[in-house]
Amino acid sequence: MRVIVNGEEREISSSSVGALLGELDYEGTHFAIALNYDVVPKSRWAETEIKSGDEIEIITPRQGG
Amino acid sequence: MQNAIRASSAQIVTVSVRRESAGGKTGDAFWKLIRELDVTVLPNTAGCRTVREAVTTAKLARELFGTPWIKLEVIADNDTLQPDVVGLVEAATILIKDGFEVFPYCTEDLSVATRLVDAGCKVVMPWAAPIGSAKGIINREALKLLRDRLSDITLVVDAGIGAPSHAAEALELGYDAVLLNTAIAKAADPVGMANAFRLGVEAGRAAYEAGLMEARDFASPSTPVVGTPFWHAVS
Repeated sequence: MRVIVNGEEREISSSSVGALLGELDYEGTHFAIALNYDVVPKSRWAETEIKSGDEIEIITPRQGG
Repeated sequence: MQNAIRASSAQIVTVSVRRESAGGKTGDAFWKLIRELDVTVLPNTAGCRTVREAVTTAKLARELFGTPWIKLEVIADNDTLQPDVVGLVEAATILIKDGFEVFPYCTEDLSVATRLVDAGCKVVMPWAAPIGSAKGIINREALKLLRDRLSDITLVVDAGIGAPSHAAEALELGYDAVLLNTAIAKAADPVGMANAFRLGVEAGRAAYEAGLMEARDFASPSTPVVGTPFWHAVS
């Protein structure tokens, strides 16, 4: 199904946030995730479902301010 | 970067959040560097232009860093990077209700600062000049007024500082701290400049505590008039 990850349209097969990170080769755990402007805590990544057209932001610490 | 932070004696470091690309490890590497320092992290919402973006980014930052502290930025214009003061007050109100400690990056306007304090901000961070402009304090009178009217609030000059003398000026005005990046990052010798800023802040604070004299319009001699050689009364 098509979703938007970090502003880019992607064709993915995962149905949960947790699975999506694996499918897209995200390593490590220092991320925070927003699904359609709702923050998904790490404890709920595995159980949070993704639907077609969802917008996902995967973010990490960065220099600056 | 680490050496500059140590040389500055900064106790708080602000950190942004950005998208991480798949397979990327930028975030992990940077975060490791920060955690090796003995500093308190203050996440920020740099780049956010709407209330929704800022509030969501603050919540993402809280997930990442595990702190309720947030430097709140809601930006109105891409050239001036000035705060959108209306959006800022709205976002601050939402975030404070959600348990955040909001450190708002704002203008020097007293009415905006007052609204932020009324919303629950215990810290207010007015700019000296536009972010990265290195101009120093443009509106000294306005910053003096804020210090005078918001005497119980922690005040930080944030943005536009270019030289240690600017930082000293802020501390001389009674501000509690300064927040800067570009002045050190873009110096020819960042570690040397960080040290210079440490000295500037110390000098400014010491001067403030020693009680600065008031400026005056007319000259006032420092040597007594009485006993001036060759002096005669004029009648």
